[in-house]
Amino acid sequence: MPQSKVNDFVIRFANVNGTGSASANDMFAKAIFRMGIPVSPKNIFPSNIQGLPTWYEVRVSEKGYLGRREGVDIMLSVNPQSMPKDITNVKPGGYFLYDSTKELYKDFIRDDIHYIGIPMMQMCMDKFADPRQRQLLKNMVYVGALSALLDIELEVLHGIIQQKFKGKEKLITANYEAMDMGIQYVHANFKYPLEHRVERRDKVKDWIMMDGNSACGLGAVYAGATVLAWYPITPSTSLADAFGKYAKKLRVDPETGRNNFAIVQAEDELAAIGVVIGANWNGARSFTATSGPGVSLMSEFLGLAYFAEIPTVLVDVQRGGPSTGMPTRTQQSDILLAAYASHGDTKQVLLFPSTPAECFSMMADAFDLAERLQTPVLVMTDLDLGMNENMSPPLVWDDRRVYDRGKVLTSEELEASAERFGRYLDVDGDGITYRTIPGTHPTKGSFFTRGTSRDEYAVYTEEGPAYVRNMDRLVKKWETAKQYVPGPEFYQKEKQSAFGMLFFGTTTYAAIEAQDLLAEQGITLDAMRVKAFPFNDEVQKFIDAHQRVFVVEQNRDAQFKSLLVNELGINPTKLTSILNYDGFPITADVIRQKIFQSLVGKLNPAFAEHEVGEPNLSEVSE
Amino acid sequence: MTFVRPTFRHPDAPKNALGYTKKFYEGALSTLCAGCGHDSVSGAIIQSCFEMAVEPHRVAKLSGIGCSSKTPTYFLANSHGFNSVHGRMPSVATGAYLANRDLMYIGVSGDGDSASIGMGQFVHAIRRNLNITYIIMNNGCYGLTKGQDSATADVGSINKSGAANMYNAIDMVGLALELGASFIARSFSGDKEQLIPLIKAAMSHPGFALIDVVSPCVTFNNNVGSTKSYDYTREHIEATAALDFVPIMEEITTEYNEGDSVAVQLHDGSTIYLNKLAKDFNPRDRHSAVNKLYEAKASGEILTGLIYIDPDGRDLHSILHTSTTPLNALEKAVLCPGSMVLDGINAGLR
Repeated sequence: MPQSKVNDFVIRFANVNGTGSASANDMFAKAIFRMGIPVSPKNIFPSNIQGLPTWYEVRVSEKGYLGRREGVDIMLSVNPQSMPKDITNVKPGGYFLYDSTKELYKDFIRDDIHYIGIPMMQMCMDKFADPRQRQLLKNMVYVGALSALLDIELEVLHGIIQQKFKGKEKLITANYEAMDMGIQYVHANFKYPLEHRVERRDKVKDWIMMDGNSACGLGAVYAGATVLAWYPITPSTSLADAFGKYAKKLRVDPETGRNNFAIVQAEDELAAIGVVIGANWNGARSFTATSGPGVSLMSEFLGLAYFAEIPTVLVDVQRGGPSTGMPTRTQQSDILLAAYASHGDTKQVLLFPSTPAECFSMMADAFDLAERLQTPVLVMTDLDLGMNENMSPPLVWDDRRVYDRGKVLTSEELEASAERFGRYLDVDGDGITYRTIPGTHPTKGSFFTRGTSRDEYAVYTEEGPAYVRNMDRLVKKWETAKQYVPGPEFYQKEKQSAFGMLFFGTTTYAAIEAQDLLAEQGITLDAMRVKAFPFNDEVQKFIDAHQRVFVVEQNRDAQFKSLLVNELGINPTKLTSILNYDGFPITADVIRQKIFQSLVGKLNPAFAEHEVGEPNLSEVSE
Repeated sequence: MTFVRPTFRHPDAPKNALGYTKKFYEGALSTLCAGCGHDSVSGAIIQSCFEMAVEPHRVAKLSGIGCSSKTPTYFLANSHGFNSVHGRMPSVATGAYLANRDLMYIGVSGDGDSASIGMGQFVHAIRRNLNITYIIMNNGCYGLTKGQDSATADVGSINKSGAANMYNAIDMVGLALELGASFIARSFSGDKEQLIPLIKAAMSHPGFALIDVVSPCVTFNNNVGSTKSYDYTREHIEATAALDFVPIMEEITTEYNEGDSVAVQLHDGSTIYLNKLAKDFNPRDRHSAVNKLYEAKASGEILTGLIYIDPDGRDLHSILHTSTTPLNALEKAVLCPGSMVLDGINAGLR
């Protein structure tokens, strides 16, 4: 039985960056979302402002699979520059929509796909006078054409346009007209709708569409962050922008007009993290957002924050490395850099969100953990999560939630104490000591913060035993941290299989889908999503309980696997890596194939219907 | 030097307006070399804070790395201190200041810390007009790593090993003038009469206040031929003016001659009097300050004193228009918009 193509296809838009296509494409995806159908759009863009190819890929999935899927069913091409490659990327039987204002080269004709030519530019030239408007509205012509071809409800699209251009009636009318030209042209010239089409469902519940960077920025506002210091770097810049945007909306004193926040665009990443450390040292919740190259630069300071025990929050929106690498592509390749950031013996707490809702809530967790543990906490997202509009459960905030400021002594507590204050004295036996904020008490609680070795009373010392006592206490604190960091999430009712799959962050979408695909092939896998480092006992137990565990991650060197082996003392042969590092989000099919091959030896032809060939998207990544 | 400091203090030791004796402003015993200029600067800071009746716990003292950066341990034991990483004190101080605008910030740095590894941060702290008293203990050499030339060593200055420095010196005062700093001074660790009122004025100034203090390194750069030695500095010093600092609420007892005296009123109500002012020099005019600096340089003099002041500059918090309540004192009720607002945000994302 042929698979239904209703609410199950991939469409890719091939645009030129800087032409306003992003806004039109977002409307397209939003319309499908508002029809109750799960959708996951992804931007594939160059490190450039204007003139280079950019793609926008939308997966529509009735089953709610939000990871990337191989193979393009419909290619919408308005970029002659990338056209030859775009055509070859269409799946056999798929559709190629293009601007037929200029005739297609004969070389571009494939006999196994359908061509739909619409003279978009010509229609806009005839209809609209302003050159810039022609360019922008051309995008709306194809949105209109697609609405007819894919059966997208026009009222929904109109609603989005009205919302977007509220109060600008002329723009609304122009957008309607442009869309209508596309619709009329399809009606007059083609059979519609296509077999790939959408049908209203009720599958998105109360979910939202949001990019992870915005969610992190908003999360920082809710978490009580008052100081942001940052340095522009893709793909984290929009996180700082989002914090600023939300803070201006939600954090300006209504009476005085003064800001209950401060944002510093620093001179470099070194200064950015320095500001963050200074502010946290002085009792304000402060954070920075950066990407791999920034973390490299911040490493010296992260060692200071670790050793001097200063709360610090850093969001690492990971991109392709090493060096400048692929600045506009996604990877999870800063794991080891972040986990052991800085010279000497250091270990840093990491959090791994996988949805915007978690980006939001984990920012609050990060600040609580940083202050509870008096140490840096790095929130490890990536470009895929950070810069794409991801479908996500709604953001949740419990008004009863209290900010955990950790062990901070008040003036009254200092006054009442007869003991000498020891900043690094382990009073409670959990490795976490008490700190004081500057300015608290006239004669008690002052201490000297330093990156040099010191004794329990923060007095400089190079005595071996005192140094060792301190280093060992930091290990004790690390052990204590395991009870505070979020535990893993499991994706099976109970232990069912001898085989397990372990993943974190954005590989989750594809991994869960792969788990289903493998189950269809008769391979049951237990699955666990790790949310934090240090690994708590449940992570160890899961690995111990399985004969083999597949570790899914997006880097070349299996960094997460190394971390598991190193920290938990696991026999490396027990862990099999499923790696993806071409800069594109991993697909379920890649995971399925690799696990299947690993377990069965080679692919069973009976299941070839899932087979769409080797992933070949790397060719468009230049 | 002795490692035992007498704890005895005369019962009638003078007390300041807060009832504290000078002892209350001291720190741990210095571990710097005997005769180090830096210890004199620490002493001047102690004396200034004592005389100004500063609440020590309302001061945060920050530094980078190097001999100079060790000194915050040696003054104001009741203040929180932060010995950060090499050249990065300005950023840490920026964060601290953003968190709490109500404390007083003293930053101590050296010529290696500010003119080389930390040049970027020094420059940008000035650009943001961070409200800090920024003292550079400038000895033209890297003391803690045994005497290498620093970026402020003059061309031809001979270090202890006998080698002449081959590179041009960076003049931190000239640089600060160029960058638009709002309070710029130079002094000499051996001239407390000048240094103490400068420190007091700098602490009262609401913005970036630089004091570049020539502070000789007795061990590695006090030899004949060095332009940062005690002898050389004493022989070549030229002051812009004699300085008096009169804090707010204090009666003016000295008589000032009209004509060669200028009074600069600071925002907190205190006043700086510049007496026996050099002719054709106006410390409120940046051009005049630049000219004066270059003239002194051309004649081989070390210009000291208050070189430039703009008492009306906007500091970082004014620029950012932040809450008058320190950011670190804001409660969750003010900071967290709550679930109702979030419901609205969620609705807008559907």
